[in-house]
Amino acid sequence: MIDILFYVFAAVAIGGSVGVVASKSPVASLLFMVVTLASLAGVFVLLEAHFLAAVQVIVYAGAIMVLFLFVIMLLNLGHDYQKDLRWGLASLLSFAVVGLLAGLLSTRLGGSALGGGAGAEVIDAAIREQGAVGAIAQPLFTTYVVPFEITGILLLVAIVGALVLAKRHVE
Amino acid sequence: MGTLHPISGIAGLIAMSLKTTAIFTVVMLVVAYTTLAERRVSAWIQDRSGPNRVGPFGLLQPIADGIKNFLKEETLPATANRVFFVLAPIITIAPALVTFAVIPVAAPLPTPWGVVDMVIADVPIGILYVLAVSSLGVYGLVLGGWSSNNKYAFLGGLRASAQMVSYEVALGLSIVGVLMLAGNVTLTEMVWRQQQLDMWFALPLSLAFIFFLVSAFAETNRLPFDMPESESELVTGYHTEYSAMKFSMYMIAEFGHMVTASALMATLFFGGWDLPGSWDDAFWYGGQLISGFAADGSVILATPAWWKTLLTFAGFGLKTGFFLLVYIWVRWTLPRFRYDQVMALGWKVMLPTALAYVMLVAATILVLDEIGMPWGFGYGLALTGVSTLATAGFLLFLDRGHTIVGAAALDRQRTAAQHGHTRRPVAAPAAD
Repeated sequence: MIDILFYVFAAVAIGGSVGVVASKSPVASLLFMVVTLASLAGVFVLLEAHFLAAVQVIVYAGAIMVLFLFVIMLLNLGHDYQKDLRWGLASLLSFAVVGLLAGLLSTRLGGSALGGGAGAEVIDAAIREQGAVGAIAQPLFTTYVVPFEITGILLLVAIVGALVLAKRHVE
Repeated sequence: MGTLHPISGIAGLIAMSLKTTAIFTVVMLVVAYTTLAERRVSAWIQDRSGPNRVGPFGLLQPIADGIKNFLKEETLPATANRVFFVLAPIITIAPALVTFAVIPVAAPLPTPWGVVDMVIADVPIGILYVLAVSSLGVYGLVLGGWSSNNKYAFLGGLRASAQMVSYEVALGLSIVGVLMLAGNVTLTEMVWRQQQLDMWFALPLSLAFIFFLVSAFAETNRLPFDMPESESELVTGYHTEYSAMKFSMYMIAEFGHMVTASALMATLFFGGWDLPGSWDDAFWYGGQLISGFAADGSVILATPAWWKTLLTFAGFGLKTGFFLLVYIWVRWTLPRFRYDQVMALGWKVMLPTALAYVMLVAATILVLDEIGMPWGFGYGLALTGVSTLATAGFLLFLDRGHTIVGAAALDRQRTAAQHGHTRRPVAAPAAD
């Protein structure tokens, strides 16, 4: 059952990401992106990472992509543009390289280095003990609190930078 | 007491499909009859009769509306983007219908095959699932507005996206207080913690409830926040070009969101299916259905019964129905905000106040835990005191001396202003 669901979500995710680059209209690209993010959330649920799945949908699909849509529509970019994807030797070659890299990664890391084999049981135990949110919050605010805060500051700097860039044209 | 185990196997599958069908049907019926209730209550508020011709008291009106919407012609504007125009109402209606899956509607029901939980899916992320799914609903509104190729519809769609993203922030922050008190995100555990507190969270988290109520109104695009479809400026906003069943889908989605939001208010702040007294408390703890803890820390087993399930379901329905009535009541009482007022309220008032309130609640919980206050009525009372002060301060600030201080004070202000106004021209020549 889980295997079937995984292949369904994986196929939808891959189909969605192909749609992002292949569709002419920016709005269609964006919707394909949402589909991809949502099916990735499905994969996260299959990996027992419920909180990650929820955050993926709330933050990316539900907030950031809505802002993208807002910008596309405000700038009236929503109408058909020429395709970004041009078939040629270069694109075929890049697809081949990416596919090769992905295959190499999956054979090298699959099930051993990253997951450690016992990932599901460890996560299960943490969820039983602390709930789906606590299992992530606990390490985030203790072991990894410095990287977490630094990421926050990075985002703040990006926001201030964007504001400065936008303001300069007004004056 | 070996019979008290969760239902499983074939019987579990059958129970699950029955539950899903029943809850879906009830939600759809409630949605249909909320449309009737809205028209009848609005008529009552405005001293009219309202629809009362179809069936006794107009009770068959929703069915007549449904048939009408099925038989009407589906229009498709010539310049609309066909694919997105058809897709938009579907994207809107799907999230509105699946959010109810995680809300517990009654006390667990004992059957000969095991105990059935009265919730379709008690997922570990609980309330986050509701937030995630309902945040996808905005795409339908924006796409509908954009693909109609109509300026009014487009403006409605833009307003919808800006407003819903803005108020999601305040909505999330208002839930944080509940999460801190409940200690988990699943809705079943929130109900359980309120049962154990002997107090519903609306009292110890009164300001959070006010924020949740206001942002829920904004998220469902109901008056006074119906910017996306404000009739006096935008015809009907994002669904201007829609007719027949596609229009009906937008309406079902709007009322479905209202039903879910009302059920959430009941669950998060008014105990869910909990009724006063601890006779109905029930929670799965370590594989056992318990109703509480004895003084020495051992568990007290719960005694579920079909009449408890029925009574608690009635209680849940009553609470949800009350908040639906509040939705309708507010719509026909208050005028619409201006767009800039909506944005100012969301970002400049609700966001900073909600942040400060989260800090206040967290500090109070920390102090109460540090002095070793046990989780119970006294704990709730202490938090209620702090929250009442915060709420009173916030309301006085919002009021700015208009309503609460009273008409008398306003009258004094007015006469003072008038005196000042008449005296000034008299004094002016003397100064020359």
